[in-house]
Amino acid sequence: MGKADLIPGTLDMLILTTLKRAPLHGYAIAQSIKRISDDVLTVEEGSLYPALQRLLVQGWVKAEWKKTETNRRARFYTMTAPGRKQLGLEVSQFRQMMTAIGRVLEDAEEAG
Amino acid sequence: MSALGRLARKIAIRLRGERFGGELDEEMAFHREQMEQELQAGGMSTEESRRAAMRQFGNATRMQERSREVIGFRLETVVQDLRFAVRQLRRNPGFTVTAILLLALGMGASLAIFAFVDAALLQPLPYAQPNRLVEVTESLALFPRGNLSYPDYVDWKRMNSVLSSFDVYNGTSYLLQTPTGVVPVPGLSVSAGFFRTLGVQPVLGRDFHPDEDAVSAPATALLSYAAWQQRFGGRRDVIGETVKLSGSPVTIIGVLPASFAFAPRGNAAIFGSLQATGECATRRSCHNLIGVGLLKPGVTISAALANMKAIAAQLERQYPDSNRGQGASVIPLAQSITGDIRPILMILMCGAGMLLLIACVNVSNLLLVRSETRRQEMAVRSALGASRVRLARQFVTEGLMLVLAGTAAGSLLADAAIRILHGMIAKDMLDNMPYLRGMGFSPHVWMFAGAVAALAVAVFSLAPLLRLPGAQLRERLSEGGRGAAGPLWKRLGANLVIAELAIAVVLLASAGLLTKSFWRLLHVELGFRPDHVATLEVGLPHAEFAKNEQQVAFGRTLLDRVRMLPGVESAALTTLPPVSCNCNTGWVRFVGKPYNGVHNEVNDRQVSAGFFHTVQAQLVRGRWFTEEDDASHPKVVVINEAFAQKYFAGEDPIGKKMGDTALKPDSLRTIVGVTANIKDGALDSEEWPTEYEPFAQDPSTYFSMMVRTAQDETTILPELAAAIHQMNPGVGAQDETTMTQRIHDSYSAWLHRSAAWLVGGFAALALLLSVIGLYGVIAYSVSQRTREIGVRMALGAQQSAVHWMILREAGWLTGIGIAVGLACSIGAAELMGSLLFGVRAWDLPTLAAVAAVLGFSALLASALPARRAARVNPVEALRAE
Repeated sequence: MGKADLIPGTLDMLILTTLKRAPLHGYAIAQSIKRISDDVLTVEEGSLYPALQRLLVQGWVKAEWKKTETNRRARFYTMTAPGRKQLGLEVSQFRQMMTAIGRVLEDAEEAG
Repeated sequence: MSALGRLARKIAIRLRGERFGGELDEEMAFHREQMEQELQAGGMSTEESRRAAMRQFGNATRMQERSREVIGFRLETVVQDLRFAVRQLRRNPGFTVTAILLLALGMGASLAIFAFVDAALLQPLPYAQPNRLVEVTESLALFPRGNLSYPDYVDWKRMNSVLSSFDVYNGTSYLLQTPTGVVPVPGLSVSAGFFRTLGVQPVLGRDFHPDEDAVSAPATALLSYAAWQQRFGGRRDVIGETVKLSGSPVTIIGVLPASFAFAPRGNAAIFGSLQATGECATRRSCHNLIGVGLLKPGVTISAALANMKAIAAQLERQYPDSNRGQGASVIPLAQSITGDIRPILMILMCGAGMLLLIACVNVSNLLLVRSETRRQEMAVRSALGASRVRLARQFVTEGLMLVLAGTAAGSLLADAAIRILHGMIAKDMLDNMPYLRGMGFSPHVWMFAGAVAALAVAVFSLAPLLRLPGAQLRERLSEGGRGAAGPLWKRLGANLVIAELAIAVVLLASAGLLTKSFWRLLHVELGFRPDHVATLEVGLPHAEFAKNEQQVAFGRTLLDRVRMLPGVESAALTTLPPVSCNCNTGWVRFVGKPYNGVHNEVNDRQVSAGFFHTVQAQLVRGRWFTEEDDASHPKVVVINEAFAQKYFAGEDPIGKKMGDTALKPDSLRTIVGVTANIKDGALDSEEWPTEYEPFAQDPSTYFSMMVRTAQDETTILPELAAAIHQMNPGVGAQDETTMTQRIHDSYSAWLHRSAAWLVGGFAALALLLSVIGLYGVIAYSVSQRTREIGVRMALGAQQSAVHWMILREAGWLTGIGIAVGLACSIGAAELMGSLLFGVRAWDLPTLAAVAAVLGFSALLASALPARRAARVNPVEALRAE
């Protein structure tokens, strides 16, 4: 499978999803998205950090400096309660959208 | 997510400042390291992995920037805007300096006037509960606020249910015995609860005890802080000391705070307890007190007034002889104190506001013209990707900087103006306006400045915003910025100039009317000759001069002595010199005329025999007083023409007899003369009926001496005071001045003079600014129409036709401006009310003169651009395409 560009507008949702389980630093977030999607989704570093700042400003994540397992200082992002709410909202919107797109595609296949 | 929360978080991130960049760097460095490690684990060399990581990571700086954009208010771009604005403003110093000067002028004028408004009208009285303090007085047909009599005060105090405390005061002058002699000091005689009602506590010693104003109580007094410092050297042991006031011993019990001043007698140095002694205190018809009350919580002025009126009505029924027609008046104390300065401040505030408006209009016009010439710049920036918001912000930034600079310069100007205006107020007038003492840049004034500045920024950024390129962007670019002025701007600019000219007309007309009023005031018929007359006030100590004969004898000796001084032509005494006030009145009744109990209120003055001769009044009928008219001869009286017209219309008053309301035999006097009206009251007041009685028949311990001299009257002033002190060092002499000075310093003269000067100043500036504005608009219009004019001339238009065309354009604007302005100025003049004297709002000569002045100035302003237009070389104009 080749690499695919992210569907526009989904990066925030993906970041928040990865942060659902545990606080992660930026590199780990990118890695996690890549790994779980079986290398299909690649998060550009150029988009990741501006996105993280955006989430910070919105109050959906918090950031703090902590030590990694290898004892390096890294900035860990944690999802906040409003972030969790936002994630739920975005996921349900995204699902609705996918279902809708799915129906349109099926309809087209049947007609074809 | 609320926008506010986002803003707060942005600010929080921002506040961490420098660390933000560092954190991002560190975070990204960590990210790259992790990538390198992973690549190395996959078998790459250190060097290779580093390069690969760098490659994948991309441009770190760009990423930083993008991250910053998310969190910032785009501070960097704000700084960019600021830098750009400064560059723009510096590139065009003529525009910048003009705009800042205009703003500084408008701001300076309005801030200075507002500082006065704030001090006089907005800042409450410096007392504990300023909003509950009221002035309580009696009220008559002639005096809406007339003094209280002591027995009435006692009844009002006892019977009212609306005041939690009620006290009275009476302005007085004490003769203070000092080691170097007797000095008259201004004072206030107050009932015992006076300071508790105001909510003022002494800083040293104690207040009066509640019953310390009883007749039996020993006389006590408090000192003002200034008097304590100046007259008693600030000694703390002054408390308990006994001083001699007007010949009687009085014990000092306290010192009032430095901040305390009581405006109706702001220079009062000694506050004595008001004891109900003397004949006046027992007589309901002797009105000499003013009441100050503290409203009970929740009681309104109108409720208090209703209550007092009911009491007054009851007393009127009970004592018809003395209380007939004596109503009640209750007004806020603040109003009673600043009421007379209110109209002029309002006028000046309006004048300053209009000047500010003109200044703003001019700056807006400049900005509009400038934005017109910057259309290309804006179009280019917009084409290069600047958003509309960003372009708009550029204008806001530039407006902000202009206004900031203008406000700063304006504040300096205002500070200077406040000092100058403060200096324009005469010293003793200032004494009675203690609220102006701490005047200056109060928080209110700063807030006002802030509000005006914010408004100016809004206007200045909005004006050019109207010109922001929208859809027609490409059109603008291709036009090369050489097109004709946009119709929108032309209309807006022209309308602004019309408004400007109209405002200038209003200010000019107001200034004209006020100046004419002032001129009329100075040339009002005085009925006497004020030049070469020196005056001073004399106070005899009561204890030493208790008997009438003693007072008369002193007066006679004094006059004899003064007449011997070189250069003195004549000298006289009067209990109240002319041009003081329509006050000190008495009630009269005529023998042989029906009397229905109405109080015939007339001015009452006691004058020595030489008075009419000294002031050079005009005798209409009968005779003046002679030295014979003394206590041993029948009582006589001289009345003025107003008196004769009111009470003896169509008959000869000479020989008629008049007396008090009961026509008691010892009050009866025979009218022996009628004088032409002598201006007794203020310059702008009406002539009241006045009776003059011989000083020798009804003397007083406090009177003025008037001395007519052959030489300059100021030179004799020191000799007059010296003569009095030589005769008796216990007698006080004060307020040495000349009659002309007295008139010059009188309140009405000051009021009209300052109104005329200040509004005149505003008008001159307004004229200048509006004419500059007109010039700007016409000149700009000519420069924009160069091509059109070139075409016209190429097609055969004569120079004179082009000249005429431009003048006509200016003429239209001026004509409309003048017409609108004249209509508005009649309305404005109606608002000036009492400030106009002897002039109607629609005074045609003034309005015509204003129209002529403005029309002529406008013609001058447009002649220059019109000439330039007529000299346009059609070949050059068309080749410039």
